[in-house]
Amino acid sequence: MSGLAGVRFWRETKSRYNLTGNRCGVCGTVFFPPRPVCTRCHRESIGRMEEHKLKGTGEVLTWTFVHEPRPGFEIQVPYILAMVRLDEGPALLAQMVDCGPGEVRIGTRVHSVFRKIGEEGKSGVIYYGYKFVPD
Amino acid sequence: MVVGIVSYGACIPRYRISSEDIARVWGQNPPLIGKQLGVFSKSVPSSDEDVVTLAVEAARTAMRRSPVAGDMVNAVYVGSESHPYAVKPTAGIVAEAIGATPNLTAADFEFACKAGTAAMQSCMGLVGSGMMDYGMAIGADTSQGAPGDALEYSASAGAAAILVGKKNLIATIEHTCSYTTDTPDFWRREGQIYPQHGGRFTGAPAYFKHILACGRDLMKAVSTGPGDYKYAIFHQPNGKFPLRVAEELGFKPEQVRPGLLAPEIGNTYSAAVPLGLAAVLDIAVPGDRIFVTAYGSGAGSDAFDITVVEAINSMDRTGPSAVRSMIERKVMIDYATYAKLRGKITMGGASR
Ligand SMILES: [Zn+2]
Repeated sequence: MSGLAGVRFWRETKSRYNLTGNRCGVCGTVFFPPRPVCTRCHRESIGRMEEHKLKGTGEVLTWTFVHEPRPGFEIQVPYILAMVRLDEGPALLAQMVDCGPGEVRIGTRVHSVFRKIGEEGKSGVIYYGYKFVPD
Repeated sequence: MVVGIVSYGACIPRYRISSEDIARVWGQNPPLIGKQLGVFSKSVPSSDEDVVTLAVEAARTAMRRSPVAGDMVNAVYVGSESHPYAVKPTAGIVAEAIGATPNLTAADFEFACKAGTAAMQSCMGLVGSGMMDYGMAIGADTSQGAPGDALEYSASAGAAAILVGKKNLIATIEHTCSYTTDTPDFWRREGQIYPQHGGRFTGAPAYFKHILACGRDLMKAVSTGPGDYKYAIFHQPNGKFPLRVAEELGFKPEQVRPGLLAPEIGNTYSAAVPLGLAAVLDIAVPGDRIFVTAYGSGAGSDAFDITVVEAINSMDRTGPSAVRSMIERKVMIDYATYAKLRGKITMGGASR
């Protein structure tokens, strides 16, 4: 197995493992994943984007059941994919785990957990990162 | 040089399967099996949980509850017999996930069910010698017994992390000692999924001999008797052995029960003693003395004499991170779901 996908994932390890985004030093907007420039302040924010570790707490904006998984997720079907609004502002798409459909609603408070995201087959690299569980 | 525990954290997967459900599948007597083993349910990791994820969650709780920043941790050692990679350290991934990289030493330990306590001893040595300030010792496992084997009723999953240091202590470790031999009671060859065990050979010449010798050595070294301890924690391959070995050493069941988790979550292997210790630290008060003896097949025992100090009162030990909350926040699953989560179902080409 070529390690190319592994290398790409590895570059994003810091944000995937520790929910590390960044924050505009001008207006304070927080971004995840980190952005090179602030979407509000544009050129003014150049050189003023600071690394910012997110707490991993937030609430569900919307969610859906996945019955047709992407490769590597077959054993987890059916699983829940949610759009989570983090308390610092950014929204992200992530898998919800350790819960059934009755436990997730719009507005449900959630926090991040460290889980396996996928793997390159049985002999390849294993990817880890954030998923969410209800509080 | 006083060395001790700065912080600790635990992680127990949410899913459980009852011994009765397993017994039913294999045509055994369902109510009898649980009683014989003293294990009534066991924890089951989800398909996206492994030793790395359990170890990271436990270590993150330990970090969150301590005044220590990630980059102050000088060592991460993870003891397990179910590391997800044969080559590529779990410890490096954990170190990255708690923000301890890159200026630290890290390694994976293996000594059946006592690899976590061996990691604790290594951290004690490094901290005690002045080579470093803080070391994270973790015991974590997602062990499997072959379907239908007696081990299937107990082999479970969990992790506990112990942050060792000499400042900001919640408990001091007065002494540690070990007892090691070459005993073929239980093993798993490289490349094999399930372990082999020597049946009855796992009792008297293995678990009991090593724990009794090591436990007696410890009490002799610090001139104590069973009555000096509020709590006693033993390796718990089932719910019966710890109570029996405790009785032989002169401990009472009420000293053992607070740290005896096997009846509810099974045998968490390398995590068993660290999790028992975490459960006891959750409820301990300053001055409590704790007797700890781990056991790992192959075989050896590590014993610790621990005293809880005042600072434990200022640590947040309640809420969802408490061991008791994790044990109670469970979802029972049936054997079919268990087989799916544990990879016992072979998928078509899709699962690769
Ligand atoms: Zn801005």
